[in-house]
Amino acid sequence: MSYRLGVDVGGTFTDLLLISEETGETFTAKVPSTPEDSSIGVLNGVARICDESGVDPAKIKRVMHGTTVATNAVLQGKGAKVGLVTTRGYEQTLQVARSFCPGGLGGWVTFIKNPLLAPLEYTIGADERIGATGDIVRELDEEQLRRDLEKLKASGAIEALTICFINAYINAEHEKKAAAIAREVFSGMPISVSSEVVPEMQEYERTETTVMNSYVRPEMQRYIDNLQAALNKRMGDDLLLSLLRSDGGLASARSAADSPVNMLMSGPAGGVTGAIYFCSRSGFDDILTFDMGGTSTDVALIQNSKARVRRETFVGDVKVRAPSVDVRTVGAGGGSVAFVPELTGALRVGPESAGAVPGPAAYMKGGEKPTVCDANVVLGYLPSDVQLGGKMEISKEAAETAVQTIADALGIGLLEAAEGIIKVVNESMFGALRLVSVEQGYDPRDFSLVCFGGAGPLHANAMGILTDSWPVIIPPGPGVLCAYGDATTTVQNEATRTYIRMAGDTTTEQLLDDLRELHERAAESLIEDGIAKEDFEVVYQADVRYAGQAFELTLDFTADELKSKGIAAVTDQFDTEHDQLFSFKLGDGHEILMIRAVVKAKATDVAHREVGSAGAALADCVIHESRFHYEGNWYGSPLYDRTKLHEGIVVPGPAIVMEMDSTTVILPGHEAKVDRIGNLLINPSK
Amino acid sequence: MPARIIETNDAPLKKVEVEGVTADIIENALKNARIEMDAVLFRTAMSPGIREQGDCFPMIANRDGKMVVGQFGSFIGPFMEAYDAEIEEGDIILTNDPYMCNAAVSHLPDWIVLMPVFKDGRHIAWTAMFGHMSDNGGMVPGSIPIKATTIYQEGIRIPPTKLYKKGELQSDVLELILHNVRTSQWNRFDLNALVAACRTASRRCVEMANRFGDDVLNSAMDIMLERNYNAMKFIIQNFIPEEPRTFEDYLCDDGMGMGPYKIKCTMWREGDVAIFDFDGTDPQAQSSVNFYLNEDMFKMFFGSFTINVVDPHIVFNDGFYDLVDVRIPEGTLLKPKFPAALSGRTHALGRLFDVLQALLGSGAPEQMLNAAGFSDSPHLFYSGYDNREGKNGEWFQLFQIGFGGIPGRPIGDGPDGHSLWPGFTNVPNEFIESYFPLRIERYETIPDSGGAGLHRGGNGLSVAYCFLADGDIAIHDERWLMYPWGVMGGQVGQRSTKRIVRVDGSEEWLPSKCDGIPVKTGDLLYFNTWGGGGWGDPLKRDSGLVLDDVRRNLVTVAGARDYGVVIVAGAVDEAATGKLREQMRAERGDTIPTFNIGPSIDEILARCKEETGLDAPVPPVFR
Repeated sequence: MSYRLGVDVGGTFTDLLLISEETGETFTAKVPSTPEDSSIGVLNGVARICDESGVDPAKIKRVMHGTTVATNAVLQGKGAKVGLVTTRGYEQTLQVARSFCPGGLGGWVTFIKNPLLAPLEYTIGADERIGATGDIVRELDEEQLRRDLEKLKASGAIEALTICFINAYINAEHEKKAAAIAREVFSGMPISVSSEVVPEMQEYERTETTVMNSYVRPEMQRYIDNLQAALNKRMGDDLLLSLLRSDGGLASARSAADSPVNMLMSGPAGGVTGAIYFCSRSGFDDILTFDMGGTSTDVALIQNSKARVRRETFVGDVKVRAPSVDVRTVGAGGGSVAFVPELTGALRVGPESAGAVPGPAAYMKGGEKPTVCDANVVLGYLPSDVQLGGKMEISKEAAETAVQTIADALGIGLLEAAEGIIKVVNESMFGALRLVSVEQGYDPRDFSLVCFGGAGPLHANAMGILTDSWPVIIPPGPGVLCAYGDATTTVQNEATRTYIRMAGDTTTEQLLDDLRELHERAAESLIEDGIAKEDFEVVYQADVRYAGQAFELTLDFTADELKSKGIAAVTDQFDTEHDQLFSFKLGDGHEILMIRAVVKAKATDVAHREVGSAGAALADCVIHESRFHYEGNWYGSPLYDRTKLHEGIVVPGPAIVMEMDSTTVILPGHEAKVDRIGNLLINPSK
Repeated sequence: MPARIIETNDAPLKKVEVEGVTADIIENALKNARIEMDAVLFRTAMSPGIREQGDCFPMIANRDGKMVVGQFGSFIGPFMEAYDAEIEEGDIILTNDPYMCNAAVSHLPDWIVLMPVFKDGRHIAWTAMFGHMSDNGGMVPGSIPIKATTIYQEGIRIPPTKLYKKGELQSDVLELILHNVRTSQWNRFDLNALVAACRTASRRCVEMANRFGDDVLNSAMDIMLERNYNAMKFIIQNFIPEEPRTFEDYLCDDGMGMGPYKIKCTMWREGDVAIFDFDGTDPQAQSSVNFYLNEDMFKMFFGSFTINVVDPHIVFNDGFYDLVDVRIPEGTLLKPKFPAALSGRTHALGRLFDVLQALLGSGAPEQMLNAAGFSDSPHLFYSGYDNREGKNGEWFQLFQIGFGGIPGRPIGDGPDGHSLWPGFTNVPNEFIESYFPLRIERYETIPDSGGAGLHRGGNGLSVAYCFLADGDIAIHDERWLMYPWGVMGGQVGQRSTKRIVRVDGSEEWLPSKCDGIPVKTGDLLYFNTWGGGGWGDPLKRDSGLVLDDVRRNLVTVAGARDYGVVIVAGAVDEAATGKLREQMRAERGDTIPTFNIGPSIDEILARCKEETGLDAPVPPVFR
């Protein structure tokens, strides 16, 4: 019997999921995260889950890991001291950035720019220049660069080095030369080169992304080395450690340590892959994911069980060019604080969050401000009288005291205020769901809404009413779904280059050759990790737009399609999708901006487990009688134990379904059916 | 006769009781709709001006035309007064003529799309959006001819015109308009994008009315307006003095050799009402630097700057307009008479922000007064036929907005090379180089250009454009003559310069406003913008911070002396610094004036040629 282990490290909890590869039997555990060194939390969790399940750690052959180590290094400003080499005249690319001051008119009055990830005092301008077509305008002055680098080294100030030259995305020759010199001068120091990390147009984004890679690299390297060593000690030397990339694929420990910039959205990607895992098996291929945590909510649109990937993402206020699952985040979650500005008398919820410390008032950890969580307690959605496996005690009284302050400020009753808080926060999360659906030309009614994360199932039914996306799906283990995602996805890598040419000027042969080259580059890291070539799945992509548009679409196609249909394999697809989005198409003037090869290892499936239909009647699953408040009325509501629910059981609302780390509310007029996978499917009652 | 709206259902919208939370939800939903408008526009627009720089602004207004969400306030009221026609469901109106909509847009390149929202035959709301088009025809590429003396020279004037009539595109009209511009494909897409954005917002309004009820939606919009009214009433009571307060600043020149032009404003309060009186502002210019200022738009500027103090999360709107009285004398730079040219209005618009924030801030300078900053969006046009090999002499037309120093502020240093305009971003140089015959040799901030202060003014930006094809350039810039002022002891920022180094080795200084300047392949233009003024006493700035700036090449060793800091061999000489600071304090005396506007106009004009390489402008002659 061999096992694989999914581990997701979040801000508050580390979630673990152990799956038997043969039977699909699962065990879960949740332990507190240890932000000072998150490998400690991981190892605690490993000890806990092996202990509780009785599984011998030596039987665990693969550990698949989603981590926020890189993200936290950025958010907490704990990254490396980074030196930077630019083209002379472009030393201040990061200082000027995109010249953007956030906020509306007058936003500049309060805008504070964070310190640069690569300080100007450790930035060197190299005398060199590549032109826009890749032509060499000025040769690299190698001797001068060597002298400057030696001076930088002598200062002893830096721990990682970045090289980014203008137009290097089209000709990397000078960057390569500079990197060779830098390797001689700084032996052993990690060096990130823009044409390797992100060979894409736009100097600010490329510089920032490559600098970001340098910034998180030492921390990530340390973390991975320690974790790998500790896991090997417990699980043996044949253990394979992989990490979840932002785009939902896995990377080997080695390649994660080299390109940590691809791991920054590892957390949200885990949730999305987990949601796809459960929903696709139940036949729901078009879904909206709704991952509501303590401080924020992540939403994404999934079509045909495939997550959309976007090329840019923000970490804090830093924009990074790296492929990531297209997840939108709103600063609204269970810990969001409600308040009423005196003058306008409006009810506001968030973006301030009570976080894990001091936390919502109901948790009695020192928090006194009213939060969304407190409103849930007041209304009875989050029962305070019964706990299931939860270690947190909930005080209804403390929640009421906190929410009463809002009621007083608004001059309304306690329950009305609590309902108000829930409605306002739901509306702002609804806005995020709109941005991924309606704005992209999709009707949310054609999708199912999958709700998970600590607070997702509490708000699920209400969000379903707003989006009209049925059924609303609560997958099994909604609180550890990311760990499911980690454990069930496959190894992946991609290689990209900026192309910028008109489709009409491109021959099929040329495009095929160029893509084949990218294919080989992307495959290198998989081959190094010992994955056999016959286990590769290769998809080609082109980013296309009508010349001059800001908007672009990423289109998937295969080598065979390109061979048989020629360039129309790309352009016809573009016209169709453009027409769907904007109700018009042009039919010519296609510009190919970027081409890409994505290489994946074929999935090595684990056995699927199903909940089965035998077992208890509905009444046997009730653990308690409770009540909740909805739209101005109290409703008696049974509390059900989810672990007892089996396929075919229908839970009529009003009801609350509880499990170890999550609580699902089923509103009056709705019912939840359990499917064979174990998903709860909430629909309006017939 | 004002415009008439034709409804098949004329049941009036009723004022109903809306519980507070419902109003909050509707507020969020409207805010989301506005964000969606921007998103739709950016994804479908084509010109770099809109898609890369974000030069466009959305709005949703209630049935009466009052903006409930948006940026620059509603123009529907003035527009309706000026538009003598019937408006029906499915109509979409296009205009760009400031004189036909009481300056709802202030120059012809800004095209507004306006759409009434109907539900069940009843008019329930408005959506509108305007965007800066790459070209509007007329004398020069980019359609901002500095030497235009009437609006007829500034390209096609589109009076309020139905682009769609009852849902039908009036393609004859559209083609007629596009036939008159140099970048018809860009404009076609951008216009299409503006329409798509308005339609999106319109659909959202109807959905909201379905969800909450027409009367509830309408009444909730009233509540949103009322919230702004109450907030602004408080602000006016607390921040606007009854005693009149005056500030004046100058536009450097008009591009025809005359200047500077004075913009003067006096502010005071009578009861609940704040009054802004521009009496004393110079008469209108003969060139295109006039800024036809809509009074309501000025109210919005005023509100935006102050509302954050009270409720930064508020959805800002026009609800408070009755509390502000703006008086602009006719025939002045800010309210020129038809047919004065208007296209170069950006500079006076920018200067207005310096004046406004000086007036507002000087009551509580420690908390609220910023120095003068990058209050403009200077630009460069470069156009011609690409004579490089393989380019077949195709037409190119670049419009690039410049960026500069944010001023020193109570909160801290001003960022270097940034934008004061909401939403604006620079265009990546690699993008420019791959689409235009240009190589940008340097792109860096100018050391010492930000005024010294406890909080340093942001540095201006130096962009070195190497032209790779023969063509023409036009420049629109400011603050080359009159200094960006400092406050509370902060020093003035450095002024802007434009120097061209010709391929034959000759050099010349270019005026800050000029067009039709021929350039040859290999010519190099240094477009240097100005720095922000400093905030607070530079002698009190931590010498360590000054040293950091020197090591970062943002301040030079010589520039550090403006802070009284002596740097020797890469370190602060503490003893020498103490001595220098003491000496500077003694020379300066004890009284620090609130504003440091630099030398007097007479001195500036006398030294103009010597300092700038350009002839001093002569006093304006008004007609």
